[in-house]
Amino acid sequence: MIDISLTVNGERVSACVLPRTHLVDFLREELCLTGAHLGCEHGVCGACTVRLDGEIVRGCLVLAVQADGSVVETVEGLSDSGEIADLQQAFIDRNALQCGFCTPGMLIASQDLLKAGGVPSREEIREHLSGNYCRCTGYHAIVDAVEATAKAREAAR
Amino acid sequence: MKAPAFDYLRPSSLDDAIKLLGAHPDAKLIAGGQSLLASLNLRLSQPSHLIDIGRLAELRGISVNGGVLRIGALTRHAETMASPEIAAHAPLLTQAIHHVAHAAIRSRGTFGGSLANADPAAELPACVLALNATLVARGPSGERRITADDFFTGLFETALAPDEILIAIDIPVATPDGVHGFQELARRSGDYAIVGLAAAGKRSGTHLSELRLGWFSVGTKATLAPKAAAALIGPAASLARASEMLAEDLEPHDDLQASGATRMSLARVLLKRVITAMEVAA
Repeated sequence: MIDISLTVNGERVSACVLPRTHLVDFLREELCLTGAHLGCEHGVCGACTVRLDGEIVRGCLVLAVQADGSVVETVEGLSDSGEIADLQQAFIDRNALQCGFCTPGMLIASQDLLKAGGVPSREEIREHLSGNYCRCTGYHAIVDAVEATAKAREAAR
Repeated sequence: MKAPAFDYLRPSSLDDAIKLLGAHPDAKLIAGGQSLLASLNLRLSQPSHLIDIGRLAELRGISVNGGVLRIGALTRHAETMASPEIAAHAPLLTQAIHHVAHAAIRSRGTFGGSLANADPAAELPACVLALNATLVARGPSGERRITADDFFTGLFETALAPDEILIAIDIPVATPDGVHGFQELARRSGDYAIVGLAAAGKRSGTHLSELRLGWFSVGTKATLAPKAAAALIGPAASLARASEMLAEDLEPHDDLQASGATRMSLARVLLKRVITAMEVAA
């Protein structure tokens, strides 16, 4: 077991973990932050996407011990802070989710693109979300929601 | 699945990492971990220890010195993508890196890790072959320079000794007459390619010289196609002949995505696209 200390959604967390524990399992099972989902567990589906030191990562391809000393943000943190409130509302307005399993990953990956500013093209949106699988929506409504949010944010600047 | 159990070590210097590697023959190095953790989760690998070199500052940095671009082994793909030095001196890499996985993986995956992993379907091994790079490794007895041509020895196999660590990649800087091209075919953007080509050379008027064609996802390792490249050099260049010569250079494999014959056919399509984009007479 190895001691780690990190910041999760703004709170300092110290824990003792097995080296083989993935970041996403640590978040879900130790901290009860179950927003990040486990899909494929080998880096293909993107359901476990979280933010690590400001950048999006696969929660299944990072060990909890590697996140020692880092800042982690999950969909719960982004929701509570209001950072993605407009994006979440756009997902609801456009039915950009059905079962919702991929949605936390979609939101975090989308916000990663949106926080760069400007209005990305639909191609750029699709490219940035290419690492996130959705098996329900066919993606169209998701791209609509991201594009609408980008336009609304740009208009409000 | 979950990864098998292993011990975790985080050395604070490169020398310590090399010592640990020597002391634990069944250990594996972890840098970004974007291939290794997937293979651990799939239980394709069961190391005794992971030696985490991901925080070693000695392995970071991008610099240009005396006509050589040096890329530290721990340079993350996102850094490669954003680097003005790389865009100026090895534009092939800037073009290719967009095809390497997805944003959430490029934020962790490293240049050196991709090379040392030597996945035959990865883009960067083919790129360093095309760019005639030299890979710098360090072991207990010091540094060793290995040409890209000699580095990739087989399926996930390299010329690195068990106690050596890849520390940097040296690439001759692009000259004003330099040309490059990159193409890959994949089912989904960011997925491993069905077949791909990274090419670099020099152009004078409408003629090519020093052309190197680095192929990936064709056979068991990243491979140069010297006979096809030779057919594209100078005033007698012929794309049709180069296309034929690919059959002598490449040994495309069959897998669930495509048969070897399909791969060869697609390789010829990519060769035509890349050479045509270079605007030379062939």
